[in-house]
Amino acid sequence: MKELTCIVCPRGCSLKIDENMNVTGNFCPRGAKYAVSELTHPMRSLTSSVRVINRENTVVSVKTSGNIPKEKMFELMEHINTLKVQAPVNIGDIVSHNPLGLDVDIIITKKLD
Amino acid sequence: MERVDLLVIGGGSAGMAAALQAKKEGVKDILILEKEDRLGGILNQCIHNGFGLTEFKEELSGPEYLQRFADQVIAEKIPYKLNTMVTNLSKNKVVTYSNSEDGIKQIQAKAVIMATGCYERNAGAIQLAGDRPSGIITAGTAQKYLNIHGYLVGKKIVILGSGDIGLIMARRLTLEGAKVICVSEINPYSAGLNRNIAQCLKDFDIPLYLSRTVSKVIGKNRVEKVVLTAVDQNYNFIPNTDMEIECDTLILSIGLVPYIELLEKIDCPTSSTKGAKVNSLMETEIDGVFACGNCLHVHDVVDFVTDEGRLAGHGAALYINDKFKDENVIKVNPGNNVSYVVPQTVNMDVDENVTFKFRVRKPLINQRLTIKSGENLLFKQVKPVLIPSEMVMISVPLEKLKEAKEEITLSLEDN
Ligand SMILES: Cc1cc2nc3c(=O)[nH]c(=O)nc-3n(C[C@H](O)[C@H](O)[C@H](O)COP(=O)(O)OP(=O)(O)OC[C@H]3O[C@@H](n4cnc5c(N)ncnc54)[C@H](O)[C@@H]3O)c2cc1C
Ligand code: SF4
Repeated sequence: MKELTCIVCPRGCSLKIDENMNVTGNFCPRGAKYAVSELTHPMRSLTSSVRVINRENTVVSVKTSGNIPKEKMFELMEHINTLKVQAPVNIGDIVSHNPLGLDVDIIITKKLD
Repeated sequence: MERVDLLVIGGGSAGMAAALQAKKEGVKDILILEKEDRLGGILNQCIHNGFGLTEFKEELSGPEYLQRFADQVIAEKIPYKLNTMVTNLSKNKVVTYSNSEDGIKQIQAKAVIMATGCYERNAGAIQLAGDRPSGIITAGTAQKYLNIHGYLVGKKIVILGSGDIGLIMARRLTLEGAKVICVSEINPYSAGLNRNIAQCLKDFDIPLYLSRTVSKVIGKNRVEKVVLTAVDQNYNFIPNTDMEIECDTLILSIGLVPYIELLEKIDCPTSSTKGAKVNSLMETEIDGVFACGNCLHVHDVVDFVTDEGRLAGHGAALYINDKFKDENVIKVNPGNNVSYVVPQTVNMDVDENVTFKFRVRKPLINQRLTIKSGENLLFKQVKPVLIPSEMVMISVPLEKLKEAKEEITLSLEDN
């Protein structure tokens, strides 16, 4: 039996999962899915920012288009920190395609005119 | 003097939702005044995920969430002025503002919606003992430096207070290469969401010390060390529990307070939320002045801010169209274990359900929530878990509410 906090939504249910992958404590089905994935292969989304070269002291926010393995977060951060963009940018613009072969893109989450 | 039907002060999530709702209900002449250089308020710097689950059924970052509303404001052609600071609001709703284009200007509004957000408590608020070197900064300021300007505030960091902004920043700073040594919380429970403790602290093995706070800051020019000391139930330091920690930065995440300077100047009555007292249509006790969002009470989820903004926009639209009734009001009181309830009064002539929003004083399990008017039970519900960091919302059906003949009290008892 293992206890964990569901991070899928702000409700943050306290989950219990046993050896047979039976989950209790989840308010909705997403919690059960999360607990199983957390025990087998924890995944996270990553949000960060990248430098805007044609604006002084400005970065623009980005995120991964999907979840990535938790243990890859720092490696992906190193990659993100090498990225630069030129304004204007819009939400959804792809800054980096399939970095580290993780099957996600790095996309802009903020509009800068 | 120039005139406008509805003036919205603050173009964050609350202000934008309020303006859009008023427009939808037929208010034509609206103006939003915003002191920053873009719409959206605090969400511009909240680049993490976790917004919009209720509103859009998907998880968005702060800037993505705000853009959906900013786009609607633009599509609806609602006028707004940026880089425009409101400096005064009079009881008869004359608003004074200034910007580089108009200089200092006054405008007469029929109704005003306050949507000015909140501010962070800083070192002055908790009387930190010891030196006053540089390197002491609030979590929101650290967030702005990093997420808007790309500047990391320190390398070895202690975070005081377990509010959500602090937790979110612990993760963000760690991912950017800083060492977050620990988070220290004076209360025996966390002020932040469990979810953020899991994904921002546990994921990165950052310890959270409960019932422990900074007793001393040491450093000549820059922070060099902080001393963390355990406290007892009465928040007194426990001798011989000092932990001396080397660090270059102390980040404070010790609470948010509604920003209501403009209302204080006109003696608008406030409640225990530190925001204005409002009725169930979000009108303050100043006639025709409404309030919503974090300047009314601090919210943890933006979707609820948006909703409250809409309600204020609805109230203001009724007011402007002379359909607003507030003669028949009943007072609402926080009862046992409840730290506050919004709204503080209910308009009994309303024709819609009323949502009560409240917080508990301390973590509670298995509670019976009751809403009573005198001895008459209007509503009851069992609540398995309640924590102070989570605002609770209870919608009471109109027909039940109509039974209320005297003051309403919302209480919690062991079930
Ligand atoms: C760091 C942080 C993390 C959060 N994380 C989450 C999360 O993960 N999920 C979630 O759902 N919610 C989260 N929230 C909560 C939510 O984002 C906020 O409660 C919400 O955005 C507040 O909206 P608001 O419009 O009330 O205030 P604000 O967004 O602060 O807007 C107020 C606006 O008023 C303007 N203003 C103030 N005074 C004046 C004046 N005198 N003249 C002109 N303009 C003025 C300000 O510039 C500002 O733009 C978070 C909040 C913070 C601070
Ligand atoms: S189980 Fe469902 S309701 Fe509970 S935190 Fe997870 S996603 Fe949210």
